[in-house]
Amino acid sequence: MARIIVVTSGKGGVGKTTTSAAIAMGLAKAGHKTAVIDFDVGLRNLDLILGCERRVVYDFINVINGEASLNQALIRDKNCNLLYILPASQTRDKDALTEEGVGRVLDELSKDFEYIVCDSPAGIEKGANLALYFADDAFVVTNPEVSSVRDSDRMLGILSSKSRRAERNEDPIKEYLLLTRYDADRVKSGEMLSLEDVQEILSLELLGIIPESKSVLSASNAGIPVILDEKSEAGQAYADVVARYLGEKRPHRFIDGKHGFLRRLFGGRK
Amino acid sequence: MLNTPPALEFKSSTFFAPILILYTHDMVAIEQTLQEKINLAPEFFRDSPLIIDLRELNKLNQDLDFVQITQLLRRIGFFPVGIRGGNEQQNKQARTLSIPIDTVREQGNSITIGEAQKQEAAPEVTAAAKESISPIAAPPQAPVAATLVTQPIRSGQRIYASGDLIILSQVSAGAEIMAEGNIHVYNTLRGRALAGVHGNTAARIFCFDLQAELISIAGDYKTSEDLNKQTYKNPVQIYLQNHALIIKEIA
Repeated sequence: MARIIVVTSGKGGVGKTTTSAAIAMGLAKAGHKTAVIDFDVGLRNLDLILGCERRVVYDFINVINGEASLNQALIRDKNCNLLYILPASQTRDKDALTEEGVGRVLDELSKDFEYIVCDSPAGIEKGANLALYFADDAFVVTNPEVSSVRDSDRMLGILSSKSRRAERNEDPIKEYLLLTRYDADRVKSGEMLSLEDVQEILSLELLGIIPESKSVLSASNAGIPVILDEKSEAGQAYADVVARYLGEKRPHRFIDGKHGFLRRLFGGRK
Repeated sequence: MLNTPPALEFKSSTFFAPILILYTHDMVAIEQTLQEKINLAPEFFRDSPLIIDLRELNKLNQDLDFVQITQLLRRIGFFPVGIRGGNEQQNKQARTLSIPIDTVREQGNSITIGEAQKQEAAPEVTAAAKESISPIAAPPQAPVAATLVTQPIRSGQRIYASGDLIILSQVSAGAEIMAEGNIHVYNTLRGRALAGVHGNTAARIFCFDLQAELISIAGDYKTSEDLNKQTYKNPVQIYLQNHALIIKEIA
């Protein structure tokens, strides 16, 4: 049986797709056969981030409707042969997703894969609800900013009440916090919420802090998941996240920013 | 995979049904009152399942023929599906009519956690079931068990308790907690808290760390803008005095 991970947030633009691509690649690189599904029907993006947009023939909705087999629709990643992508349909909308259909696809994937990463769309409507419904684990992606924190809090309420695990009275979905676009300097100057501020409201197990980094944008544009950029802080942070999720103990980095010491020495602040 | 699907499957689930609490054995009065209630909301009551609660009636030693009341209810469009608090004779009659008997304890109040939409129906029906009886006799207030919640209440979630509500975790901004009795929050209260929602002016709110968006007792409310800076982020109790909400620090 595969472990189903949903990457969710409520709010848009916080880094769900970047995170989905990065952790799916990380899990595959660690030797686990992983599938990543784009639930954002109508706003297909995951294929761009993973650089396979020119190889999309069939999509998730085709498989749900029985117009294509899973094997026809799955795209094998060119960087890692244990990673497969199931792209969303760009020409349809979220109503094309059905609970029965999504359940069937996940069941079939479960036989063959170790991890299934569901990239949730923003919002709390059908697409987002179906992305989380079958999940075992949830990565709640949050920016250090009040509206994102509140939307994540709302999402946590939905995770605990509207998932299949909640409906069947099984163990609840395991929820993890991923704080993205974190800028240590702006936290210090009080422009951004700190980790403590966020945790005071969400109180979740922290899986990692992803620092704001230029390499995320350039990686997206190049179609290479940022986790493969081992020199970038964001890439390293995602590698930590995957390792922690797989049970490794690693200290949290990037909370204070890398120039913390020198800045303090000279009292400089931009 | 099995080739042939199984013929059946057992699953545990909760079935929601209003409870009809009777305070009189006067069939005419019962029918009249019920009819009035149905006329107010015909769709709401149509084909509704119903559990008949006879505890209050039996406390008053008023005997009631269970066969008769069942016939009456069926005639006006209800489906009696259970009996609670009946005496030996009534339970026997229920058994002959194939109506299940609930012998369970004093009624604890169900905890309702979840999405707002799911919750809305619940309080409504309980209220309707109670109201439908009130014109006949002043109902003696049955003691209601307190509702205890241990998990965090997230933004957008709603909790309703028919008695006291005790919460051990935080209540997030955008969450709403309501109780007919008192509310205790042994953590940070950031959402909305409404105590005494059925008009109990003696209800109070207690919390460890007051950062609420709104607090209300029996309909009198204050928003966070009106909250005193001194009591903000402090342990407080909130109560009504001459229609004024008093927020007092607990030392």
